Amino acid sequence: MRKAATAHELPGTGQVQAKAAGMPVAWLELATRLRPYLYLAPAMICFLLFFFYPIGSIIYLSFLDWSLINLEEMEWVGLQNYRDLLADQDFRQVLGNTAVFTVATVGIGLTLSFLLALWLNKKAKVYGIIQATVFSPHIISLVSVSMLWMWLMDPQFGLLNAALEAVGLPGYTWLADPKSSLLSLIIVSIWKGVGYNTLIFIAGLQSIPGDIYEAAALDQSPWWRTLVRITIPMLSPTIFFLLIINTISSFQVFDTIAIMTQGGPINSTNMLVYYIYEQGMDFYNGGLAASASVILLILVGILTALHFLFMSRRVHYR
Amino acid sequence: MARVVLQGVTKTFQNQKVVKGLDLVIPDGSFTVLVGPSGCGKSTTLRMIAGLETVSDGNILIGDQAVNALPPGKRDVAMVFQNYALYPTMNVFDNIAYGLRNRGISKKDCKLLVEEIAEIVGLSDYLKRKPSQLSGGQRQRVALARAMVKKPKVFLMDEPLSNLDAKLRNQMRVELTSLHKQLGTTFIYVTHDQVEAMTMGDQIVVMSEGQIMQVAAPMDLYQEPENLFVAQFIGSPAMNIVSAEGRSDQLWGFRPEKALLLPASVSPVPADDRWVAKGQVVSREILGSDTLFHVETEKGRVIVKADTEEARLLGGAVTVTVAKPHMYVFDRASKKRVGRLGGREQAATLAGGVS
Repeated sequence: MRKAATAHELPGTGQVQAKAAGMPVAWLELATRLRPYLYLAPAMICFLLFFFYPIGSIIYLSFLDWSLINLEEMEWVGLQNYRDLLADQDFRQVLGNTAVFTVATVGIGLTLSFLLALWLNKKAKVYGIIQATVFSPHIISLVSVSMLWMWLMDPQFGLLNAALEAVGLPGYTWLADPKSSLLSLIIVSIWKGVGYNTLIFIAGLQSIPGDIYEAAALDQSPWWRTLVRITIPMLSPTIFFLLIINTISSFQVFDTIAIMTQGGPINSTNMLVYYIYEQGMDFYNGGLAASASVILLILVGILTALHFLFMSRRVHYR
Repeated sequence: MARVVLQGVTKTFQNQKVVKGLDLVIPDGSFTVLVGPSGCGKSTTLRMIAGLETVSDGNILIGDQAVNALPPGKRDVAMVFQNYALYPTMNVFDNIAYGLRNRGISKKDCKLLVEEIAEIVGLSDYLKRKPSQLSGGQRQRVALARAMVKKPKVFLMDEPLSNLDAKLRNQMRVELTSLHKQLGTTFIYVTHDQVEAMTMGDQIVVMSEGQIMQVAAPMDLYQEPENLFVAQFIGSPAMNIVSAEGRSDQLWGFRPEKALLLPASVSPVPADDRWVAKGQVVSREILGSDTLFHVETEKGRVIVKADTEEARLLGGAVTVTVAKPHMYVFDRASKKRVGRLGGREQAATLAGGVS
C-alpha cells in the first residue's frame, strides 16, 4: 500500500512509476527513451520494407546481368547495363518521347486547365454543370478511357474521322502512323487530366480575396495586368503543386501506352515506364529493366529538385 | 475635389431593397460619415459611389458628372478597405505605385510620387517589404498611401479602423482628421461606431434599414435628434425612453448624462419643471470618472450616468430627476420628435440633406 501511496503523490513521473512497479530506474529511463521509436516503428518498418528496400534492391540489381527466367545466374557487370542503355538507339528515342510527352502534356494541359478555370470560376448553375462534365474523365479508369479513345481514333470507323469527313476535312491517321501516334496519346492524357487540374485551379482562384480585385478595379488595372500581376502570383502555390504532380505522373505514363499502342508503331510511343516493363516482362532482361528504373528515378528526382529550386523562390505562400 | 450628389439612389439585391431611394448631398471638402447598425446599407451606398456595385435606380454625381455608367477606375475616387486589400504579392512600393503605373505615369515620376507619400505616412523604411511583413497599423498606412498617391477627387473609406487595436484606432482617428484638413479633399467614411462618427465627421448621415434617418453636424445630431432612432443610436449609453405622462400618443426621452440621482431619503422639491421617478439601483458599471446606474423605476427601467465620486454614497433606493427642458418628446406612431418638454420647441437646425 505504501508504494501505491507514493505513486499517487507524484503522478506521472517515470521514477515514481518505476519504484511502484518495482523496476530499476535505469531500465525505465531506457524505456522512456525508446518509447517514441516504438511508436514510429510500424510506419518506419512499412517505409523501409516497401520503399527503401526496393530502391536499394533495384540499384543493386541494375549492376547485375540477369534474366527473369533464370534467377540462379546473376553476374556483376558494374555500369555495363547503363552503357548498353545509353548506346541503344531505341532507348534514346524512348527518352525523347518521354520528354516530348511530358512537356506537351504538362504545358498544354495546365494552360488549358487554367483558362478553363478562369472561365468557369463564376457563380451560376451552368458553370457548375460544365465543371462537373470537365471533371468526369478523372473518375473514369484509364483502361476505359484508353478503350474509348481507341474507338474514337479508329482511322476507318472512328467518330473523330467521321466528324472530320463530315465537315469536308481529310481523315487523320491518329494511332496508326508514327508521326501522329505520340500526339494522339498526348491528347488522351490531356483530356483525362484537365478536369482535375481545372478543379484545383478553381479552388485556388476562389481562395483569392475578392477585395483585392476591387482594389485593382479602383486602380484602373486592365484585365491582362490584373491577370499577370495579381491572379497568377496569387495562384503560384497552386501552379507549383500542379506542375510537380503533373510532371511526375506524365513521366510515369503507362496504362494508355500498354492498351492503345504497346509502344508502337515503330517505337514511336514507347516511353520510360513502358520500356522498363517491356525489357523486364517481354524480354526478361532484368538488368536493363533495373537500370532503366534507376534512370527514371534519377530523372524524376532531378526534375522535382529543379522545380523546387527555381519555383519556390517565386512562389508566394500566404 | 468635388461634391458628391445622390439622387433617389436605390439598390436591390434579389428583390430585396437594401438601399431605398437615398437623396443626399455630400459637400465638396467635407468629412461625411455614414453611420448605422450593420445591414443598414451604408457600405452598399459607399460601394455604389465607388462603382463596385451597380445602382439599381437613381443617379450618383461626382462633381457635375453622372457616374452611374463609369467603371470604378474612371471615377477618380480612391478607397480604403476594411481589410486593407493590399496586393500580397507586391512590396509596399509596388502596392502604392500600381494605380499610378496603370494611369501611364512614367517610372521616374512614380518613384518620386511614391517616395513623397511614403514620407508623409512614415513608410519610407518599409518600401521593400511585403504586406505580410508589416503590422496592422503599417498595412493601414500602406492602404492610405495607395489611396492618397492618386490624388483623387473623393476618398472613400469602409470601416478602415475596425481591424486595429483600440489604442492605434484612437491615434489613427486623429491622424485621419488632420489628413483631411491637410488635403482638403472630400472624405466619405463608413462606420458602425458612433464614437468614430462623432469625433471625425463634420457631417454625419445616420442610416437605418436602407434609409437616411438624419443628416446633421455631430452636435446637432446629439442635441436635436429628429427621431427615436437617431436619439437612441447617437450617444453612449443610449437615450432613455419612458412613457409620456398623460399622453398615450407620445414617448419621452432623456439622456443618461442629463439625469440626476438623489438618495430616496432626500425628497426632491416638488416642482413643475422636473420629471421625477423613484426606483431601485439594479446594477452599476464603473467607467472611471463616471458610473452608469441601471435603475428600475416606477416609470420604467432607465440608465443614469453620474460622477463616480459624487454617487459613491448612494444606497439602493434612489430618485431620478430630469429638468424638463432636457426631456425630448416623440410621437409614438411616427417615431418623429415633436419637441421638448418645458416649452422649448424643436430648433430648426437641420443641416444637410437635399430637399
